[in-house]
Amino acid sequence: MNNTIGLVNGVAVVLQEDPWCLVDDDQPLDSISSPIISFARWQTLREAGGAGQISCGVLLGPDDDPEAIAPWLDTLPLIALEFPSFRDGRAYTQANLLRTRYGYKGDLRAIGDVLRDQLVLMRHCGFSSFAVREDRSVSEALKGLFGFDMIYARSVTNPEPLFRRRSAKS
Amino acid sequence: MYRYDQYDHALVQARVAQFRDQVARRLSGELSEEEFLPLRLQNGVYLQRHAYMLRVAIPYGTLSSNQLRALAQIAEGYDRGYGHFTTRQNIQFNWIELEQVPDILQLLADHEMHAIQTSGNCVRNITTEAFAGVAGDELIDPRPLAEILRQWSTVNPEFLFLPRKFKIAISSSEMDRAAIRAHDIGLYLYKDEQGEMLLRVMVGGGLGRTPILNEMIREALPWQHLLTYVEAVLRVYNRYGRRDNKYKARIKILVKALGVEAFAQEVEREWEQIRDGVAELTSEEYTRVAHNFQAPDYERIDAIDPDFGAWLARDPAFSVWVQNNTRPHKVSGYSSVILSTKPGESAPPGDVTAEQMRVVADLAQKYGFGEIRVAHEQNLVLPDIRKRDLYALWKTLRTHNLATPNIGLLTDVISCPGGDYCSLASTRSLPVAKAIQARFDNLDFLHDLGELSLNISGCVNACGHHHIGNIGILGVDKNGEEFFQITIGGAQGKDSSIGKVIGPAFRAEEVPEAINRLLSVYLRYREVEERFVDTVRRIGIAPFKEGVYQRETARVEASA
Repeated sequence: MNNTIGLVNGVAVVLQEDPWCLVDDDQPLDSISSPIISFARWQTLREAGGAGQISCGVLLGPDDDPEAIAPWLDTLPLIALEFPSFRDGRAYTQANLLRTRYGYKGDLRAIGDVLRDQLVLMRHCGFSSFAVREDRSVSEALKGLFGFDMIYARSVTNPEPLFRRRSAKS
Repeated sequence: MYRYDQYDHALVQARVAQFRDQVARRLSGELSEEEFLPLRLQNGVYLQRHAYMLRVAIPYGTLSSNQLRALAQIAEGYDRGYGHFTTRQNIQFNWIELEQVPDILQLLADHEMHAIQTSGNCVRNITTEAFAGVAGDELIDPRPLAEILRQWSTVNPEFLFLPRKFKIAISSSEMDRAAIRAHDIGLYLYKDEQGEMLLRVMVGGGLGRTPILNEMIREALPWQHLLTYVEAVLRVYNRYGRRDNKYKARIKILVKALGVEAFAQEVEREWEQIRDGVAELTSEEYTRVAHNFQAPDYERIDAIDPDFGAWLARDPAFSVWVQNNTRPHKVSGYSSVILSTKPGESAPPGDVTAEQMRVVADLAQKYGFGEIRVAHEQNLVLPDIRKRDLYALWKTLRTHNLATPNIGLLTDVISCPGGDYCSLASTRSLPVAKAIQARFDNLDFLHDLGELSLNISGCVNACGHHHIGNIGILGVDKNGEEFFQITIGGAQGKDSSIGKVIGPAFRAEEVPEAINRLLSVYLRYREVEERFVDTVRRIGIAPFKEGVYQRETARVEASA
């Protein structure tokens, strides 16, 4: 994917060569080395025994329950979560659950209406790569990960809420 | 009062810098209005009819004298010399330039204040009652848990793009003075026999187009689980709340759709996964926060003060004010004083000038402990006043138009700013409030009527909480003309109820007469000491309907 930010050793950088490619359900997979396919298509492939053959990423829509994919998380190098609009916050919860409840360790990618001012929230919730909306400058968007990022509650990036860290300090 | 530590300071300062950058990008055109919208809303900036409005958070309605002076400075330096206190204990400035907002936020941050999440589809200001910590009937001071919730919900990254706005209120008194049942989450704090703090969690309340009182989903939740339980509710809401229709997106619709039991089960299931973890509150944290709310150094004063008694006897106007505008304090010799922001025709409900703010700030320091509260009824409160100082205080308040003795009476009108300011409003609520206050300005009559709340909303969004007013007035637009629908029997507090519509709506100029007729019916039927709302509950709305509309018919017939 173009226009994508990733974390390299925990530092956000613009990815120069990202192999991943979003593939529609009716598009053949033959020539694509690292496709991201819908959860429905992935299930069909898996049941037919074909999903293990290729290195594929899975796209969960905002209505998909992360629990449904939990048993196979170890086999998935990438999960993409979609922001149909940047005002639709369901993927924050999905990301958080994938990381904290189901222990997903692979790349968690934000796709869709992904904009500079929300990147830091996404990162707190466990996203590790960000496919910035195509019409936006990815280098500008990168600045979004270097600004304000203070929170009180716990998050994926701060597993302990501030009140526990506060008391550890004093 | 809660004082910011290093982290709190750093957070609001960093937030100002962030928003300064966002405003600059908006002004340069780099950010579209669509993208800027939720960012500015989450920093309290609305676009109103004539200008930007800035809503400043006053967490659980508590201000220091210095903070109130900072608000006065904003009113004078950036607005037209006044501010408007809201039903959610915040303050709004109505004439703001977008370019100046970062400087205003900076001023707020320097005074341990902010405007974070005073709007937008996120968790809003946590509210409680104005007499927290001092009320005679309080079980536990709710402010420490309110502050803990404020911190937890501030820029909580998972819950900043919820389906819709989310309001939480907490109360712990015999009388619920925070309207907790009209909130998305209402928390009632109490103690068990061992003295442990427990919470009753109620979910799904809200006014707006579909007024619903919330329902209990959890009884006796130990306080340590406050944050995880609220997190579970929000997570269920964020996942399953409707996003296809703005008017069906509040949590109350989800609770109704699933049924309260199924909703509660869903929350419990989520909570089981996260309880007992690192997010469980510690006694240490509670103590750290509660330390900020320790009682001030009260003097030991005899309950009986001969001078105070003498003034009461000598000055009937003072006596009326004391009776109406003061509340019992848990410490002997002290009172809490309510300053009415509803003087009648001279100012709209909730409006306070910069000069008045400074006077109140000075008085709070001179006679109290430098603390001011904002009541959900839009009035200000001086929580700790020695009874012996009441007379001098009253005299000063009178010269500044802050001593109208009408708290809890008909003219203590709760009103939204309406179409004069708000771009959502379909009607102008303030002129109606003014006409009612003008028509019923006889204090003896008002006192004879007794406790009676009147709430006005300029549109179905119900910011004036008309559904829970004993008399509620809702402005509706019919083909470009303003009409006002009247409900009666609504109530807030422990016996909350939603008012019922009495019949066809009125033109603005007819509203005072309609109210007059409602009052006539009440006076005809009331039993000794019976409040308006109790009469409505006892006899039903039919006699009121008849009283208001039959004469209307008679008049039309007579003139025909």
